[in-house]
Amino acid sequence: MVNYDIVIVGGGPAGLAAAVSARNAGVEKILILERDKELGGILNQCIHNGFGLHTFKEELTGPEYAYRFIEKVLEAKIEYKLNTMVMDISEDRVVTAMSREDGMYQIKAGAVILAMGCRERPRGALNIPGYRPAGIFSAGTAQRLVNIEGYMPGREVVILGSGDIGLIMARRMTLEGAKVKVVAELMPYSGGLKRNIVQCLDDFGIPLKLSHTVVDIEGKEHLTAVTIAQVDNHGKPIPGTEERYTCDTLLLSCGLIPENELSRNAGVEMNPITSGPIVNESLETNIPGVFACGNVLHVHDLVDYVSEEADRAGLNAAKFIKGELVESKGDDIEIVATEGARYTVPSTIDLDRMDDKLTVRFRVGAVYKDSYVSVYFDDERVMHNKKRIMAPGEMEQVILLKSKLEEKPGLKKITVKIENE
Amino acid sequence: MEKRELTCIGCPMGCQITVELEGTEVVSVTGNTCGIGDKYARNEVTHPERTVTSTSIVLGGDKPRVSVKTASNIPKDKISDVMKAIDAAVMKAPVHIGDVVVKDVCGTGVDVVATRNVEVI
Repeated sequence: MVNYDIVIVGGGPAGLAAAVSARNAGVEKILILERDKELGGILNQCIHNGFGLHTFKEELTGPEYAYRFIEKVLEAKIEYKLNTMVMDISEDRVVTAMSREDGMYQIKAGAVILAMGCRERPRGALNIPGYRPAGIFSAGTAQRLVNIEGYMPGREVVILGSGDIGLIMARRMTLEGAKVKVVAELMPYSGGLKRNIVQCLDDFGIPLKLSHTVVDIEGKEHLTAVTIAQVDNHGKPIPGTEERYTCDTLLLSCGLIPENELSRNAGVEMNPITSGPIVNESLETNIPGVFACGNVLHVHDLVDYVSEEADRAGLNAAKFIKGELVESKGDDIEIVATEGARYTVPSTIDLDRMDDKLTVRFRVGAVYKDSYVSVYFDDERVMHNKKRIMAPGEMEQVILLKSKLEEKPGLKKITVKIENE
Repeated sequence: MEKRELTCIGCPMGCQITVELEGTEVVSVTGNTCGIGDKYARNEVTHPERTVTSTSIVLGGDKPRVSVKTASNIPKDKISDVMKAIDAAVMKAPVHIGDVVVKDVCGTGVDVVATRNVEVI
Protein backbone atom coordinates (compact mmCIF):
# COMPACT_ATOMS: atom_id res chain seq x y z
CA MET A 1 0.00 0.00 0.00
CA VAL A 2 1.32 3.46 -0.92
CA ASN A 3 1.21 6.38 1.52
CA TYR A 4 0.16 9.95 0.83
CA ASP A 5 -0.29 12.85 3.21
CA ILE A 6 -3.49 14.00 1.54
CA VAL A 7 -5.66 12.18 -0.98
CA ILE A 8 -8.22 14.34 -2.78
CA VAL A 9 -11.17 12.59 -4.39
CA GLY A 10 -12.14 14.62 -7.46
CA GLY A 11 -10.16 16.93 -9.77
CA GLY A 12 -12.80 19.59 -10.35
CA PRO A 13 -12.70 23.15 -9.00
CA ALA A 14 -12.97 22.00 -5.36
CA GLY A 15 -10.29 19.33 -5.60
CA LEU A 16 -7.88 21.58 -7.50
CA ALA A 17 -8.20 24.50 -5.07
CA ALA A 18 -7.88 22.19 -2.06
CA ALA A 19 -4.70 20.66 -3.51
CA VAL A 20 -3.12 24.06 -4.18
CA SER A 21 -3.90 25.36 -0.72
CA ALA A 22 -2.58 22.21 1.00
CA ARG A 23 0.64 22.50 -1.01
CA ASN A 24 0.97 26.18 -0.09
CA ALA A 25 0.62 25.11 3.52
CA GLY A 26 3.68 22.94 3.05
CA VAL A 27 2.24 19.47 2.42
CA GLU A 28 4.49 17.43 0.12
CA LYS A 29 2.70 14.23 -0.75
CA ILE A 30 -0.66 15.12 -2.25
CA LEU A 31 -2.57 12.96 -4.73
CA ILE A 32 -5.65 13.98 -6.72
CA LEU A 33 -7.80 11.14 -8.06
CA GLU A 34 -9.99 12.10 -11.04
CA ARG A 35 -12.55 9.94 -12.81
CA ASP A 36 -12.53 11.87 -16.11
CA LYS A 37 -9.75 11.94 -18.68
CA GLU A 38 -8.77 15.47 -17.73
CA LEU A 39 -8.72 17.83 -14.75
CA GLY A 40 -11.22 20.66 -14.38
CA GLY A 41 -14.47 18.82 -13.74
CA ILE A 42 -17.75 20.31 -14.90
CA LEU A 43 -16.12 23.69 -15.66
CA ASN A 44 -14.76 22.27 -18.90
CA GLN A 45 -18.24 22.14 -20.37
CA CYS A 46 -19.40 25.46 -18.86
CA ILE A 47 -18.08 27.54 -21.74
CA HIS A 48 -20.18 30.60 -20.84
CA ASN A 49 -18.66 33.59 -19.08
CA GLY A 50 -19.30 34.88 -15.58
CA PHE A 51 -16.85 32.84 -13.52
CA GLY A 52 -14.18 34.26 -11.29
CA LEU A 53 -15.37 37.80 -10.60
CA HIS A 54 -14.77 37.31 -6.88
CA THR A 55 -11.55 35.31 -7.15
CA PHE A 56 -9.75 36.93 -10.07
CA LYS A 57 -11.66 40.24 -10.42
CA GLU A 58 -12.31 39.44 -14.05
CA GLU A 59 -14.97 37.57 -15.92
CA LEU A 60 -13.78 34.20 -17.17
CA THR A 61 -15.38 31.26 -18.93
CA GLY A 62 -15.52 27.89 -17.15
CA PRO A 63 -12.54 26.35 -18.97
CA GLU A 64 -10.43 29.47 -18.34
CA TYR A 65 -11.32 29.47 -14.64
CA ALA A 66 -10.45 25.76 -14.38
CA TYR A 67 -7.16 26.32 -16.16
CA ARG A 68 -6.06 28.97 -13.66
CA PHE A 69 -6.11 26.23 -11.03
CA ILE A 70 -4.85 23.43 -13.28
CA GLU A 71 -1.83 25.61 -14.03
CA LYS A 72 -1.13 26.02 -10.31
CA VAL A 73 -1.41 22.25 -9.78
CA LEU A 74 1.01 21.63 -12.65
CA GLU A 75 3.46 24.31 -11.48
CA ALA A 76 3.42 22.90 -7.95
CA LYS A 77 4.00 19.44 -9.43
CA ILE A 78 1.09 18.02 -7.47
CA GLU A 79 0.49 14.41 -8.43
CA TYR A 80 -2.78 13.42 -10.03
CA LYS A 81 -4.25 10.30 -11.59
CA LEU A 82 -6.82 10.54 -14.39
CA ASN A 83 -9.33 7.90 -15.54
CA THR A 84 -9.31 6.71 -11.96
CA MET A 85 -12.40 5.73 -10.01
CA VAL A 86 -12.35 5.68 -6.24
CA MET A 87 -14.20 2.56 -5.11
CA ASP A 88 -14.05 2.90 -1.36
CA ILE A 89 -12.85 5.07 1.49
CA SER A 90 -12.50 3.36 4.86
CA GLU A 91 -12.95 4.91 8.27
CA ASP A 92 -9.19 4.74 8.85
CA ARG A 93 -8.63 6.61 5.56
CA VAL A 94 -7.55 3.79 3.28
CA VAL A 95 -8.64 4.78 -0.23
CA THR A 96 -9.29 2.01 -2.74
CA ALA A 97 -9.04 3.16 -6.35
CA MET A 98 -9.14 1.56 -9.76
CA SER A 99 -8.01 2.45 -13.25
CA ARG A 100 -7.40 0.68 -16.52
CA GLU A 101 -3.65 1.35 -16.27
CA ASP A 102 -3.01 0.59 -12.63
CA GLY A 103 -5.76 -1.89 -11.83
CA MET A 104 -7.12 -1.89 -8.29
CA TYR A 105 -4.88 -0.42 -5.60
CA GLN A 106 -5.01 1.03 -2.10
CA ILE A 107 -3.60 4.22 -0.66
CA LYS A 108 -3.14 5.05 3.00
CA ALA A 109 -4.01 8.72 3.38
CA GLY A 110 -3.02 11.00 6.24
CA ALA A 111 -6.10 13.04 5.41
CA VAL A 112 -8.84 12.70 2.79
CA ILE A 113 -10.61 15.59 1.10
CA LEU A 114 -13.98 14.73 -0.43
CA ALA A 115 -14.47 16.80 -3.59
CA MET A 116 -16.67 14.56 -5.75
CA GLY A 117 -19.15 17.26 -6.78
CA CYS A 118 -22.76 16.54 -7.60
CA ARG A 119 -25.04 14.94 -10.17
CA GLU A 120 -28.21 16.05 -11.90
CA ARG A 121 -31.56 14.73 -10.73
CA PRO A 122 -32.57 12.26 -13.46
CA ARG A 123 -35.96 11.68 -15.07
CA GLY A 124 -36.44 8.55 -12.99
CA ALA A 125 -36.51 10.69 -9.85
CA LEU A 126 -39.09 13.12 -11.23
CA ASN A 127 -42.19 10.99 -11.76
CA ILE A 128 -43.02 12.40 -15.21
CA PRO A 129 -45.75 10.34 -16.87
CA GLY A 130 -45.71 9.30 -20.51
CA TYR A 131 -43.51 7.32 -22.86
CA ARG A 132 -39.77 6.89 -22.54
CA PRO A 133 -38.52 7.82 -25.99
CA ALA A 134 -35.12 9.08 -27.12
CA GLY A 135 -34.68 12.85 -26.98
CA ILE A 136 -34.89 13.41 -23.22
CA PHE A 137 -31.64 14.64 -21.68
CA SER A 138 -30.52 16.18 -18.47
CA ALA A 139 -29.43 19.75 -19.22
CA GLY A 140 -25.84 18.93 -18.28
CA THR A 141 -25.71 15.99 -20.66
CA ALA A 142 -26.92 18.23 -23.46
CA GLN A 143 -24.31 20.79 -22.43
CA ARG A 144 -21.58 18.20 -22.74
CA LEU A 145 -22.86 17.02 -26.13
CA VAL A 146 -23.03 20.54 -27.56
CA ASN A 147 -19.95 22.12 -25.98
CA ILE A 148 -17.45 19.27 -25.79
CA GLU A 149 -18.50 16.71 -28.39
CA GLY A 150 -20.00 19.18 -30.87
CA TYR A 151 -23.38 17.49 -31.36
CA MET A 152 -26.83 19.06 -31.26
CA PRO A 153 -29.33 16.91 -29.37
CA GLY A 154 -32.27 18.34 -31.33
CA ARG A 155 -33.93 21.31 -33.02
CA GLU A 156 -37.14 21.99 -31.12
CA VAL A 157 -36.67 22.11 -27.40
CA VAL A 158 -38.75 22.25 -24.23
CA ILE A 159 -36.94 22.67 -20.92
CA LEU A 160 -38.31 21.50 -17.58
CA GLY A 161 -36.78 23.23 -14.59
CA SER A 162 -35.21 26.66 -14.42
CA GLY A 163 -31.95 25.78 -12.71
CA ASP A 164 -28.92 27.62 -14.03
CA ILE A 165 -27.83 24.83 -16.36
CA GLY A 166 -31.31 24.77 -17.93
CA LEU A 167 -31.25 28.54 -18.46
CA ILE A 168 -27.72 28.48 -19.87
CA MET A 169 -28.72 25.66 -22.22
CA ALA A 170 -31.81 27.55 -23.38
CA ARG A 171 -29.49 30.28 -24.68
CA ARG A 172 -26.86 27.86 -25.96
CA MET A 173 -29.35 25.79 -27.99
CA THR A 174 -30.91 29.00 -29.35
CA LEU A 175 -27.53 30.37 -30.44
CA GLU A 176 -26.83 27.10 -32.23
CA GLY A 177 -30.05 27.41 -34.21
CA ALA A 178 -32.56 25.43 -32.16
CA LYS A 179 -35.99 26.77 -31.24
CA VAL A 180 -36.48 26.73 -27.46
CA LYS A 181 -40.24 26.92 -27.06
CA VAL A 182 -40.69 27.21 -23.33
CA VAL A 183 -39.03 26.75 -19.96
CA ALA A 184 -41.44 25.27 -17.41
CA GLU A 185 -40.73 25.54 -13.68
CA LEU A 186 -42.70 23.63 -11.05
CA MET A 187 -42.03 26.18 -8.32
CA PRO A 188 -43.52 29.69 -8.26
CA TYR A 189 -39.95 31.09 -8.55
CA SER A 190 -36.93 30.25 -10.66
CA GLY A 191 -34.17 28.07 -9.25
CA GLY A 192 -31.57 29.94 -11.28
CA LEU A 193 -29.67 33.20 -10.93
CA LYS A 194 -31.54 36.36 -11.92
CA ARG A 195 -28.85 37.37 -14.38
CA ASN A 196 -29.37 34.12 -16.26
CA ILE A 197 -33.09 34.77 -16.63
CA VAL A 198 -32.26 38.15 -18.18
CA GLN A 199 -29.45 37.14 -20.50
CA CYS A 200 -30.55 33.60 -21.37
CA LEU A 201 -34.34 33.85 -21.61
CA ASP A 202 -35.43 37.52 -21.86
CA ASP A 203 -32.73 38.33 -24.44
CA PHE A 204 -34.15 35.69 -26.77
CA GLY A 205 -37.83 36.02 -25.95
CA ILE A 206 -38.04 32.53 -24.43
CA PRO A 207 -41.08 32.27 -22.13
CA LEU A 208 -40.61 31.13 -18.53
CA LYS A 209 -43.73 29.51 -17.13
CA LEU A 210 -43.60 29.36 -13.35
CA SER A 211 -45.81 26.87 -11.47
CA HIS A 212 -45.91 24.62 -14.53
CA THR A 213 -44.78 21.05 -15.07
CA VAL A 214 -44.67 18.38 -17.74
CA VAL A 215 -47.74 16.12 -17.56
CA ASP A 216 -47.32 14.04 -20.70
CA ILE A 217 -44.56 12.88 -23.01
CA GLU A 218 -45.39 11.60 -26.50
CA GLY A 219 -43.35 9.56 -28.98
CA LYS A 220 -42.58 5.87 -28.98
CA GLU A 221 -39.14 5.83 -30.62
CA HIS A 222 -38.24 9.50 -30.45
CA LEU A 223 -39.86 12.36 -28.59
CA THR A 224 -42.57 14.11 -30.64
CA ALA A 225 -44.37 16.36 -28.13
CA VAL A 226 -44.74 17.22 -24.47
CA THR A 227 -47.72 18.64 -22.62
CA ILE A 228 -47.24 21.07 -19.77
CA ALA A 229 -49.86 22.22 -17.27
CA GLN A 230 -50.13 24.72 -14.47
CA VAL A 231 -49.88 23.36 -10.93
CA ASP A 232 -51.70 24.42 -7.77
CA ASN A 233 -50.13 25.31 -4.41
CA HIS A 234 -49.49 21.64 -3.71
CA GLY A 235 -47.73 21.07 -7.03
CA LYS A 236 -50.74 19.21 -8.46
CA PRO A 237 -51.57 19.83 -12.15
CA ILE A 238 -54.74 21.88 -12.69
CA PRO A 239 -57.06 20.22 -15.26
CA GLY A 240 -57.85 22.42 -18.23
CA THR A 241 -54.53 24.30 -18.19
CA GLU A 242 -52.70 21.82 -20.45
CA GLU A 243 -50.68 23.13 -23.39
CA ARG A 244 -49.10 20.82 -25.95
CA TYR A 245 -45.72 21.62 -27.52
CA THR A 246 -44.37 19.65 -30.45
CA CYS A 247 -40.64 19.12 -29.91
CA ASP A 248 -37.84 16.62 -30.43
CA THR A 249 -35.89 17.42 -27.27
CA LEU A 250 -36.77 17.74 -23.59
CA LEU A 251 -34.07 19.00 -21.28
CA LEU A 252 -34.34 18.45 -17.54
CA SER A 253 -32.81 20.97 -15.16
CA CYS A 254 -34.46 19.90 -11.94
CA GLY A 255 -31.83 20.11 -9.29
CA LEU A 256 -28.43 18.81 -8.32
CA ILE A 257 -27.65 16.18 -5.74
CA PRO A 258 -24.24 15.89 -4.04
CA GLU A 259 -22.61 12.60 -4.92
CA ASN A 260 -21.93 10.98 -1.57
CA GLU A 261 -21.99 7.22 -2.05
CA LEU A 262 -18.33 7.06 -1.01
CA SER A 263 -18.88 9.31 2.00
CA ARG A 264 -21.86 7.27 3.22
CA ASN A 265 -19.95 4.00 2.86
CA ALA A 266 -17.11 5.48 4.86
CA GLY A 267 -19.54 6.26 7.70
CA VAL A 268 -19.69 10.02 7.18
CA GLU A 269 -22.76 11.54 8.82
CA MET A 270 -25.02 13.28 6.34
CA ASN A 271 -27.31 16.29 6.46
CA PRO A 272 -30.68 15.28 4.96
CA ILE A 273 -31.32 18.85 3.72
CA THR A 274 -28.10 19.30 1.75
CA SER A 275 -27.54 15.59 1.03
CA GLY A 276 -23.95 16.43 1.94
CA PRO A 277 -21.76 15.66 4.94
CA ILE A 278 -22.30 17.42 8.26
CA VAL A 279 -19.12 19.41 8.88
CA ASN A 280 -17.59 21.53 11.62
CA GLU A 281 -15.86 24.93 11.32
CA SER A 282 -12.83 23.21 9.77
CA LEU A 283 -15.01 21.54 7.10
CA GLU A 284 -14.17 18.25 8.77
CA THR A 285 -16.75 15.47 8.84
CA ASN A 286 -17.51 13.27 11.84
CA ILE A 287 -14.54 11.12 10.78
CA PRO A 288 -11.36 12.86 11.95
CA GLY A 289 -9.11 13.69 9.01
CA VAL A 290 -11.88 13.46 6.40
CA PHE A 291 -12.81 16.87 5.01
CA ALA A 292 -15.38 17.95 2.41
CA CYS A 293 -15.72 20.95 0.11
CA GLY A 294 -17.50 22.11 -3.02
CA ASN A 295 -20.70 20.66 -4.41
CA VAL A 296 -20.29 17.36 -2.60
CA LEU A 297 -20.77 19.32 0.62
CA HIS A 298 -23.67 21.49 -0.55
CA VAL A 299 -24.60 22.64 -4.04
CA HIS A 300 -23.16 26.09 -4.84
CA ASP A 301 -24.23 28.66 -7.43
CA LEU A 302 -20.82 30.31 -7.68
CA VAL A 303 -17.57 28.51 -8.31
CA ASP A 304 -15.75 31.34 -6.55
CA TYR A 305 -17.29 30.20 -3.29
CA VAL A 306 -16.33 26.60 -4.10
CA SER A 307 -12.71 27.65 -4.51
CA GLU A 308 -12.79 29.63 -1.29
CA GLU A 309 -14.32 26.73 0.64
CA ALA A 310 -11.88 24.25 -0.89
CA ASP A 311 -9.01 26.52 0.06
CA ARG A 312 -10.10 26.24 3.69
CA ALA A 313 -10.54 22.47 3.44
CA GLY A 314 -7.03 22.12 2.02
CA LEU A 315 -5.57 24.31 4.74
CA ASN A 316 -7.33 22.40 7.51
CA ALA A 317 -6.32 19.04 6.06
CA ALA A 318 -2.72 20.32 6.10
CA LYS A 319 -3.11 21.36 9.73
CA PHE A 320 -4.54 17.93 10.54
CA ILE A 321 -1.61 15.97 9.19
CA LYS A 322 0.82 18.32 10.91
CA GLY A 323 -1.02 17.74 14.18
CA GLU A 324 -1.97 21.42 14.43
CA LEU A 325 -5.70 20.87 14.42
CA VAL A 326 -6.45 20.66 18.12
CA GLU A 327 -8.70 17.84 19.19
CA SER A 328 -12.26 18.83 19.93
CA LYS A 329 -13.18 18.93 23.62
CA GLY A 330 -16.77 18.07 22.79
CA ASP A 331 -18.12 21.50 23.76
CA ASP A 332 -18.85 22.58 20.19
CA ILE A 333 -21.31 25.39 19.56
CA GLU A 334 -24.21 24.19 17.48
CA ILE A 335 -25.42 26.27 14.50
CA VAL A 336 -29.14 25.88 13.87
CA ALA A 337 -31.02 26.99 10.75
CA THR A 338 -34.70 27.71 11.28
CA GLU A 339 -37.65 29.90 10.21
CA GLY A 340 -36.81 30.32 6.56
CA ALA A 341 -33.16 29.31 6.66
CA ARG A 342 -32.97 25.68 5.51
CA TYR A 343 -29.49 24.65 6.57
CA THR A 344 -26.09 26.05 7.41
CA VAL A 345 -22.57 24.98 6.49
CA PRO A 346 -20.82 24.45 8.83
CA SER A 347 -23.09 22.91 11.50
CA THR A 348 -20.84 23.28 14.54
CA ILE A 349 -18.04 25.51 15.77
CA ASP A 350 -15.16 24.58 18.05
CA LEU A 351 -13.94 27.93 19.36
CA ASP A 352 -10.37 26.65 19.84
CA ARG A 353 -10.20 25.74 16.16
CA MET A 354 -12.08 28.70 14.76
CA ASP A 355 -10.26 31.34 12.67
CA ASP A 356 -10.80 35.04 13.43
CA LYS A 357 -13.64 35.05 10.92
CA LEU A 358 -15.96 32.27 9.82
CA THR A 359 -18.28 32.43 6.82
CA VAL A 360 -21.50 30.51 7.45
CA ARG A 361 -23.38 29.78 4.22
CA PHE A 362 -27.05 28.88 3.99
CA ARG A 363 -30.07 28.85 1.71
CA VAL A 364 -33.58 30.14 2.27
CA GLY A 365 -36.65 28.00 1.62
CA ALA A 366 -38.78 30.52 -0.24
CA VAL A 367 -38.58 33.97 -1.84
CA TYR A 368 -38.25 36.74 0.79
CA LYS A 369 -38.54 40.45 -0.03
CA ASP A 370 -37.30 43.21 2.28
CA SER A 371 -36.63 40.70 5.05
CA TYR A 372 -33.89 40.34 7.61
CA VAL A 373 -31.23 37.71 8.14
CA SER A 374 -30.97 37.38 11.90
CA VAL A 375 -28.35 35.63 13.99
CA TYR A 376 -28.99 34.74 17.62
CA PHE A 377 -26.36 33.77 20.19
CA ASP A 378 -28.51 31.53 22.39
CA ASP A 379 -31.55 33.82 22.90
CA GLU A 380 -29.91 37.15 22.15
CA ARG A 381 -30.16 38.65 18.68
CA VAL A 382 -26.71 39.80 17.59
CA MET A 383 -27.14 40.34 13.85
CA HIS A 384 -30.06 41.72 11.89
CA ASN A 385 -29.25 42.47 8.26
CA LYS A 386 -31.87 43.69 5.81
CA LYS A 387 -31.89 42.06 2.35
CA ARG A 388 -33.88 43.44 -0.57
CA ILE A 389 -34.47 39.98 -1.96
CA MET A 390 -33.56 36.42 -1.04
CA ALA A 391 -34.42 33.33 -3.09
CA PRO A 392 -33.75 29.61 -2.76
CA GLY A 393 -31.65 29.72 -5.93
CA GLU A 394 -29.09 32.06 -4.41
CA MET A 395 -26.88 31.13 -1.50
CA GLU A 396 -26.70 33.54 1.44
CA GLN A 397 -24.01 34.03 4.06
CA VAL A 398 -23.28 35.55 7.43
CA ILE A 399 -19.82 36.18 8.80
CA LEU A 400 -19.15 35.34 12.44
CA LEU A 401 -16.27 36.94 14.31
CA LYS A 402 -14.37 34.85 16.83
CA SER A 403 -14.02 37.88 19.10
CA LYS A 404 -17.82 38.19 19.32
CA LEU A 405 -18.22 34.52 20.18
CA GLU A 406 -15.56 34.78 22.86
CA GLU A 407 -17.53 37.56 24.52
CA LYS A 408 -20.21 34.99 25.33
CA PRO A 409 -18.64 32.27 27.48
CA GLY A 410 -20.80 29.17 27.66
CA LEU A 411 -22.49 29.92 24.32
CA LYS A 412 -24.25 26.73 23.22
CA LYS A 413 -26.32 27.57 20.19
CA ILE A 414 -26.16 30.00 17.26
CA THR A 415 -29.41 30.34 15.35
CA VAL A 416 -29.75 31.69 11.79
CA LYS A 417 -33.26 32.67 10.75
CA ILE A 418 -35.21 34.97 8.44
CA GLU A 419 -37.42 37.63 10.05
CA ASN A 420 -39.92 40.02 8.52
CA GLU A 421 -38.93 42.86 10.79
CA MET B 1 -39.30 61.10 -17.12
CA GLU B 2 -39.05 57.42 -18.07
CA LYS B 3 -38.09 54.81 -15.47
CA ARG B 4 -36.64 51.43 -16.37
CA GLU B 5 -36.12 48.48 -14.06
CA LEU B 6 -33.15 46.28 -14.93
CA THR B 7 -31.52 43.21 -13.47
CA CYS B 8 -27.76 43.63 -13.65
CA ILE B 9 -25.95 40.81 -15.46
CA GLY B 10 -22.50 42.08 -14.51
CA CYS B 11 -22.04 39.37 -11.91
CA PRO B 12 -24.13 36.68 -10.25
CA MET B 13 -25.39 39.10 -7.57
CA GLY B 14 -28.07 40.24 -10.03
CA CYS B 15 -28.73 43.67 -8.50
CA GLN B 16 -32.10 45.26 -9.24
CA ILE B 17 -31.28 48.59 -10.87
CA THR B 18 -33.58 51.52 -11.58
CA VAL B 19 -32.58 53.85 -14.41
CA GLU B 20 -34.25 57.22 -14.90
CA LEU B 21 -34.20 58.51 -18.45
CA GLU B 22 -34.94 61.90 -19.93
CA GLY B 23 -35.34 60.99 -23.61
CA THR B 24 -32.12 59.12 -24.30
CA GLU B 25 -30.22 60.87 -21.50
CA VAL B 26 -29.59 58.85 -18.35
CA VAL B 27 -30.56 61.00 -15.37
CA SER B 28 -29.87 58.56 -12.55
CA VAL B 29 -28.87 54.97 -11.81
CA THR B 30 -29.87 53.51 -8.45
CA GLY B 31 -29.91 50.06 -6.84
CA ASN B 32 -26.51 48.94 -8.11
CA THR B 33 -23.89 47.97 -5.55
CA CYS B 34 -20.79 48.55 -7.67
CA GLY B 35 -19.40 50.35 -10.69
CA ILE B 36 -20.08 47.43 -12.99
CA GLY B 37 -23.81 47.90 -12.35
CA ASP B 38 -23.67 51.60 -13.16
CA LYS B 39 -21.86 50.94 -16.44
CA TYR B 40 -24.17 48.04 -17.31
CA ALA B 41 -27.30 50.11 -16.71
CA ARG B 42 -26.07 53.08 -18.80
CA ASN B 43 -25.07 50.78 -21.66
CA GLU B 44 -28.20 48.66 -21.46
CA VAL B 45 -30.61 51.56 -21.98
CA THR B 46 -28.56 53.18 -24.75
CA HIS B 47 -26.59 50.45 -26.60
CA PRO B 48 -26.94 46.99 -25.04
CA GLU B 49 -23.91 44.71 -25.27
CA ARG B 50 -23.17 41.05 -24.57
CA THR B 51 -20.24 38.68 -24.48
CA VAL B 52 -20.80 35.74 -26.85
CA THR B 53 -19.41 32.30 -26.01
CA SER B 54 -19.54 29.27 -28.27
CA THR B 55 -17.27 26.62 -29.79
CA SER B 56 -15.35 26.32 -33.06
CA ILE B 57 -14.14 23.29 -34.95
CA VAL B 58 -10.53 22.28 -34.34
CA LEU B 59 -8.69 19.85 -36.59
CA GLY B 60 -6.03 17.37 -35.48
CA GLY B 61 -6.52 18.07 -31.79
CA ASP B 62 -7.17 15.97 -28.72
CA LYS B 63 -10.69 17.43 -28.68
CA PRO B 64 -13.12 17.99 -31.57
CA ARG B 65 -14.13 21.52 -30.50
CA VAL B 66 -12.45 24.44 -28.85
CA SER B 67 -14.48 26.79 -26.66
CA VAL B 68 -14.28 30.48 -27.63
CA LYS B 69 -15.51 33.89 -26.50
CA THR B 70 -15.60 37.44 -27.75
CA ALA B 71 -12.68 39.10 -25.97
CA SER B 72 -15.05 41.83 -24.78
CA ASN B 73 -18.69 42.77 -25.21
CA ILE B 74 -20.19 43.18 -28.67
CA PRO B 75 -23.45 44.95 -29.62
CA LYS B 76 -26.43 42.78 -28.75
CA ASP B 77 -27.93 43.05 -32.25
CA LYS B 78 -24.74 41.53 -33.73
CA ILE B 79 -25.03 38.28 -31.73
CA SER B 80 -26.37 36.14 -34.56
CA ASP B 81 -23.82 37.47 -37.09
CA VAL B 82 -21.02 36.77 -34.62
CA MET B 83 -22.36 33.24 -34.09
CA LYS B 84 -22.21 32.63 -37.85
CA ALA B 85 -18.60 33.80 -37.99
CA ILE B 86 -17.69 31.55 -35.04
CA ASP B 87 -19.42 28.56 -36.65
CA ALA B 88 -17.51 29.14 -39.90
CA ALA B 89 -14.12 29.27 -38.18
CA VAL B 90 -11.89 26.19 -38.35
CA MET B 91 -8.80 26.03 -36.15
CA LYS B 92 -5.82 23.69 -36.37
CA ALA B 93 -4.31 22.18 -33.24
CA PRO B 94 -2.52 23.22 -31.14
CA VAL B 95 -4.76 26.01 -29.86
CA HIS B 96 -4.09 27.84 -26.60
CA ILE B 97 -6.14 30.06 -24.33
CA GLY B 98 -6.15 33.56 -25.80
CA ASP B 99 -5.33 32.52 -29.39
CA VAL B 100 -7.34 34.57 -31.88
CA VAL B 101 -9.98 32.49 -33.64
CA VAL B 102 -11.70 35.31 -35.59
CA LYS B 103 -10.00 38.70 -35.88
CA ASP B 104 -12.25 41.79 -35.58
CA VAL B 105 -15.41 39.73 -35.75
CA CYS B 106 -18.13 41.31 -37.96
CA GLY B 107 -16.36 44.67 -37.84
CA THR B 108 -16.99 45.08 -34.12
CA GLY B 109 -13.30 45.66 -33.42
CA VAL B 110 -13.45 42.70 -31.02
CA ASP B 111 -11.57 39.43 -31.55
CA VAL B 112 -12.98 35.99 -30.88
CA VAL B 113 -10.43 34.13 -28.76
CA ALA B 114 -9.97 30.55 -27.59
CA THR B 115 -10.82 29.80 -23.94
CA ARG B 116 -9.29 26.34 -23.81
CA ASN B 117 -6.12 24.54 -24.75
CA VAL B 118 -6.34 21.87 -27.44
CA GLU B 119 -3.14 19.92 -27.97
CA VAL B 120 -2.03 18.01 -31.08
CA ILE B 121 -3.27 14.44 -30.86
